[in-house]
Amino acid sequence: MLEIKDLTVEVEGKEIIRDLNLNIEEGEVHVLFGPNGCGKTTLLMTLLGFPCYKVTRGIITFKSVDITNLPTNERVKLGMGMSFQHPPEIRGVKLGDMVNIAQGRKEDEIDEDVIALAKRLNISIDFLNRDVNLGFSGGEVKRSEILQLLAQAPDFIMFDEPDSGVDVENIELIGKIMSELLDRNKMPSKRDKSGLIITHSGSIMRHIKADRAHVMLGGRIACSGMPYEITKNVMENGFERCVELCARSKEVDAE
Amino acid sequence: MTKKETIERAERAKTKKAALGEDIAIDAYIVGKEHPSLNSLDEFPAEYQQDLLDAGIEPTEKDRSGSFLQRDCSVVFSTAKYPGLELMSTTDALKEHDWLKEYLWKAVPVDQDKYTAEVELGQTHGYFIRSEAGKKVTMPVQSCLFISSDKIGQKVHNIIIAEEDSELHIITGCSVSHAVNSALHLGVSEFYVKKGAKIKFTMIHNWSRGMEVRPRSAVMIEDEGTFISNYILMTPVKSLQMYPTAYCVGRNARATFQTIIYAHGDTKIDSGSRAVLRGEGSRSEIISRVIATDNAQVIARSDVIGEGTNAKGHIECRGLMLSDTAELDSIPELKATRKELDLSHEAAIGKVAEEEIQYLMARGLSEEEATSVIIRGFLNVDITGLPDALARETKKMFDMCLEKVM
Repeated sequence: MLEIKDLTVEVEGKEIIRDLNLNIEEGEVHVLFGPNGCGKTTLLMTLLGFPCYKVTRGIITFKSVDITNLPTNERVKLGMGMSFQHPPEIRGVKLGDMVNIAQGRKEDEIDEDVIALAKRLNISIDFLNRDVNLGFSGGEVKRSEILQLLAQAPDFIMFDEPDSGVDVENIELIGKIMSELLDRNKMPSKRDKSGLIITHSGSIMRHIKADRAHVMLGGRIACSGMPYEITKNVMENGFERCVELCARSKEVDAE
Repeated sequence: MTKKETIERAERAKTKKAALGEDIAIDAYIVGKEHPSLNSLDEFPAEYQQDLLDAGIEPTEKDRSGSFLQRDCSVVFSTAKYPGLELMSTTDALKEHDWLKEYLWKAVPVDQDKYTAEVELGQTHGYFIRSEAGKKVTMPVQSCLFISSDKIGQKVHNIIIAEEDSELHIITGCSVSHAVNSALHLGVSEFYVKKGAKIKFTMIHNWSRGMEVRPRSAVMIEDEGTFISNYILMTPVKSLQMYPTAYCVGRNARATFQTIIYAHGDTKIDSGSRAVLRGEGSRSEIISRVIATDNAQVIARSDVIGEGTNAKGHIECRGLMLSDTAELDSIPELKATRKELDLSHEAAIGKVAEEEIQYLMARGLSEEEATSVIIRGFLNVDITGLPDALARETKKMFDMCLEKVM
C-alpha cells in the first residue's frame, strides 16, 4: 500500500526527518510512538503532500504510484485520508458541508445519509450546522475528523493523535469507529484498509488492534516491534529507554 | 414643511457636496424617453429578462405578492395581488393619498446633499409600498429599478410604510442593461416601521462598470418595530456611496443590517450602515462581509449611536483581501451618550489562509475549489430573522451572484 524509501524532509530549511524507511502493506495498521518534536506529524503532513514539507531525498510510493511530488488532492483521490490533530477553523463552512465535500458530493443540504453517519458518532444536527472546528472542544474535533473520514472512506488513513484531549468515554467510541474504518473487525485476510496512527500517550491502543509499532526519535524510526511490546515498553520506560531496550544500535528498517 | 419650503431647501442644497464619496456631475445625465407600460413582467424585452433575474426579480411573479418595475424614468409595471398591500409609483400614491406628503423627507433631510436635492427637484417616480395595519404580507413584494439606456439619470423617491402590527417582506433589485456604458442612479428611500410592525428588506444591486450610484436611505422604527435589511452587491460599479441609517426611536425598536459585498474590477465603494438607538431598550446589529479583489477600493463603515436607556448595539465586520492592488478600509464607530447601554464591535481583515486550503484539499478538493469554498463560507452570513421562503430566495440570489463571479 505505502512504501517510504530513504525519506528526508525539510521544514523551513531545517531537516526534520532523515533517511526514513517504512512499509505499510494492504490491511496493516501501524502505530508510531514518539516524543513531541520527533517528526511524527511532519511525516504525516509529508505523506499528505502539504507544500511546506519539502522532500529533499527519497521516494514515497502509494498503491504503486510515485506520489512524492503529487498535490494533496491527487493523493486523496488515490485513497489517502487524514484525521488532523489541530484542524483549522473555517468560518461559514459547516461540518455538514465538510462531510459532503469528503464524500465528493456537490450537495448544499445536509441529507439523511450524513445525519445517519453523524448519529453513530453522537453528533447532532445542530453540531453538523456549526462552522467547522470553530469553538470545538478536543473531543468534538476528533469526532468531527472521524465523521469526515467515514464519509470519505479512504483506503489508507493517517490519525494524528486521535486520543489527545479526549475523555475516556469518547476514546472508546473513537477507537471503535477507527477499528471499523480500518477493517479491524474483519478476518486478517479480508482486510483491505491500512492505517498509520500517531500517538503520544498510547491510550488509543487499548481500543484498536495494530499490526506493528514503531518509535520515532530525532527524525528516524529508532525501533520497531510488536505493538503490545512496544506500547508496554514506552508506557513503562519512556521513549528513549524503549529504544535502548530494543537493543539495536543502528536504525531499523521497519518492514 | 410646505411643498414650497421643501423646494426652497432643495434649491439651496443644489450644489452641496456629499460628506462622503467623490463628487458626481449630475448634469451629465438625462431623463431619456418614456417607455410604454406592460401588461405583465414577461412582456419586458427578452434581452433584459436575465438582468431582471440577476437582480432577484421573478418575471413570472410566482410567489410574489406584488411587482413593480421602473425602466429608466418610466414606471412600466405595478400590481399588488395581496389584500392589505398597496404598491404603486410614488407619483400615483401622492395623488391618491393626501396624507402621504407628510412622510416625504421625514427620515432623509431634503437638503442632506446635492443628491437628495436633485431627487426633490428632478424626481422620476420611485415606488410606494404600504402594508395596512395588522396585515402580514409575508409573501415578498418585488420591485425593480432598471436602467436600459445610456446616460440616464434615474432619480427615484421610494416610500415604504408598514402600518401598526403589519409585516412587509420586500425584494428589491436595481439592475442595468449590459448595453449601458454610463448612467446615474439616485435613490431616496424612506422607511416607516410603525408600532409592532416589521419590514424585511432584501436588496440586490446588480450594477455595471459605468454606473454611478448614490442611494440615500433612512428608516424610522417605532415601539416594538423591527427592520431587517440584507444587502448584496456582487457586480462591479464605477462609484457607489451610501450610508443607510436606522433610527430606532421607539421602545424596543430593532434594526439589523447585513451587507455582503464582493468588490472587483475597478469598483469604488463607500458603504456603511448606521443605527441610532434612541428608544429605551432598542437594539441593533450590523454585520458586514466584504471581499476586495483586483483594483477595488472599498470603505466599509458602520456606526452605532447609543442614546436610549438600555440600548444595545453590536457591529461585526469582516473583510477578505484577494489582491495586492485592492484596498479595504474597515471603519466601525461607536458613540454613547448615556451610561446604561452596551455597544460593541469587532472588525477583522484577513486573507484566504493557506492551512484552510490545505485542509480542504485533504478532503479531496483542488486548490481552486478549496478557495471557492472558503470564499463562499466567508460570505455566508446566516440570514437571521427571515422566514424560510425569503431566506431560501435570498440564498438562491446570493448563490447566483456568487456563481457569476467565481
